[in-house]
Amino acid sequence: MVGNPMRLEPREQRSLAVILGYPLVALAVAAAFCAILVMFSGANPLSVFGLMVKGALGTQFAFLETLTRATPLIFTGLAAAVAFRAKLWNIGGEAQLYAGAVMTVVFGTGLLPLPWPVLIPVLMVAAMLGGAIMLSIPTFLKTRFGVDEVVTTLLINFIAILFVSMLLEGVLKDPMGLGWPQSKKVIADAQLGKLVQGKRLHFGFVIALLAALAIWVIDRRSALGYEMRAVGHNPKAAAFAGIPVNRVLAKTALLSGGLAGLAGYSEVAGLKGNLTLDLSPGFGYTGIVVAMLAMLHPLGVVAAAIFVAAVFVGADAMSRTAGVPSYIAHVMVAASLLCMVTAVMLTRYRLRWR
Amino acid sequence: MDAVEILFTASLWAAAIRIASPLIFATLGELICERAGVLNLGIEGIMTVGAFSGWLTVYMGGSLWLGILAAAVAGSAFGLLHALLVVPLGLSQHVTGIGITLLASSLSYYVYRLVFPEVTSPPKIEPFQPWNVPVLSDIPVIGEALFRQTPLTYLAFAAVLLVSWFLYRTPMGLAVRTVGENPSAVEAQGIDVTWVRIAAVMAGSALMGIGGSFLTLSAFNSFFFDMVNGRGWICIALVVFGSWRPGKALLGALLFGLFDAYQLRLQQLAGGYVPYQVFLMLPFVLSIIALIVMSRRAAYPRALMVPYRKGER
Repeated sequence: MVGNPMRLEPREQRSLAVILGYPLVALAVAAAFCAILVMFSGANPLSVFGLMVKGALGTQFAFLETLTRATPLIFTGLAAAVAFRAKLWNIGGEAQLYAGAVMTVVFGTGLLPLPWPVLIPVLMVAAMLGGAIMLSIPTFLKTRFGVDEVVTTLLINFIAILFVSMLLEGVLKDPMGLGWPQSKKVIADAQLGKLVQGKRLHFGFVIALLAALAIWVIDRRSALGYEMRAVGHNPKAAAFAGIPVNRVLAKTALLSGGLAGLAGYSEVAGLKGNLTLDLSPGFGYTGIVVAMLAMLHPLGVVAAAIFVAAVFVGADAMSRTAGVPSYIAHVMVAASLLCMVTAVMLTRYRLRWR
Repeated sequence: MDAVEILFTASLWAAAIRIASPLIFATLGELICERAGVLNLGIEGIMTVGAFSGWLTVYMGGSLWLGILAAAVAGSAFGLLHALLVVPLGLSQHVTGIGITLLASSLSYYVYRLVFPEVTSPPKIEPFQPWNVPVLSDIPVIGEALFRQTPLTYLAFAAVLLVSWFLYRTPMGLAVRTVGENPSAVEAQGIDVTWVRIAAVMAGSALMGIGGSFLTLSAFNSFFFDMVNGRGWICIALVVFGSWRPGKALLGALLFGLFDAYQLRLQQLAGGYVPYQVFLMLPFVLSIIALIVMSRRAAYPRALMVPYRKGER
């Protein structure tokens, strides 16, 4: 018989060096893996990484671009973090983002001719509702019928994007769009202002920061935050302690879906102006990575989102000059995720070899 | 031709079986993983990596069968990574699986762009041709539908028999099933839970890789981005639909294939009246409905997603 050569032993105390060191080692391992891949392209990994850092943070333009890219990721990252805390496996951020975007263009392209101080909050609530409803369906199926929400949220992503495609070729199609599947632009009062004159960074970034702060407060200071963590930790024990597990999951779904819906609002009203089928290049899925890199901490999500956005923006800039395919960014983000979850495990447990 | 007449055409049934073939491989793969107690959400990415590596092998001059082998090896390599992270380390199977999907598909796209930096139309290979089974393929309708498929489709049906025989008739199959139901019972018999689970996930992932390669080596003749397009997630639904049994999973995949082939034909019929997106949505909607219907009776492997630590209860 071949024995399992290793076992895990809980660490009694975790030194600061372990808590900070392991995640850093994880990111270094992911970077080393990507360096090897870069070498296959014939480029020098160090100069490629240098170009990526420069392209993401090197100039004011680059840095603002990184923050612009980080904005939707903060929302979808928070959405994933909130849900995962309660062990509600919401993989449907993509669908919820598009639901928020659809609500934004339905109400924001002239249907509600309100001044901006009223219209913007109304649209934000509408977008949150869109995302919240989108996640409430699989959550209801989970609590009522015991259908695994991972599969349903994943499948709904595909349904949602096809639904948006149908709307953009149907009722939401811009008659002035020269036949392209795109919606009308949102009216000026619905738009979020730019943070820096003449640059792309918009007020959505500030909303994202406020959202992170709000989630942190809910998580730490409210009964709901406590209940969500209790349900995530052990639903049976939570139920035994009198916590209404299904109701907590429903509230979690509203919060998580709402956050992802806000990402849709912020992208349409702050950046793109209208809804197209390429509004999100996988922000919903990347949000999961962001949440895990942040170890589900709401404020950590902000840092993780900026890091992931920097990798993407840097890789785009680098691939234009160095000729390494920009898909290296996706590889790096995925590798970081796997290394990070391993590292976090190793901060809690010690590997023992026999 | 109206909507009912379509049902009696051989081409509909032939298409149904063709569409079902990759799903049969990948569903069997996921089924083996889950029977051993491991949810493998890497399936979508592992199918992508199988589609790509199989296609690249053939493009580089390898035979089609070598391409299948490459897809199986690449699939099981990612299966090994998934298994190492979730079995001995006990990481979250959800998060790790999504990570494997992201890693496997982005690696495929990266290498594709590395090998073909500036292609506008995807390079083509010579894929599997239909192989007519002597005598049987001459039976009207049935012969045309069943026995004029490519060799990979016949292999898919053979795989169902093989996996059933393995799971229910061999000691190793029994070990896999018990590891997913009651790991400590297996441990008591002197079988190592960790190794059985790792082996099961690798074998299952090899099948997922082959399922992916069906797309590039049999259904189409080139590799393109997002070509797996949710098939992996549908297979996860099919495993639940098939109550974790190979025969029922085959039935589910065939039903799904039939439905998909039928909606494609209805789409041409109803073109102009109903938006085509409605038809494209139907397979996903159907999967969700199937999950709801089956969930009442679902008999999950009891140790599914439960990490096993020796000596713990």
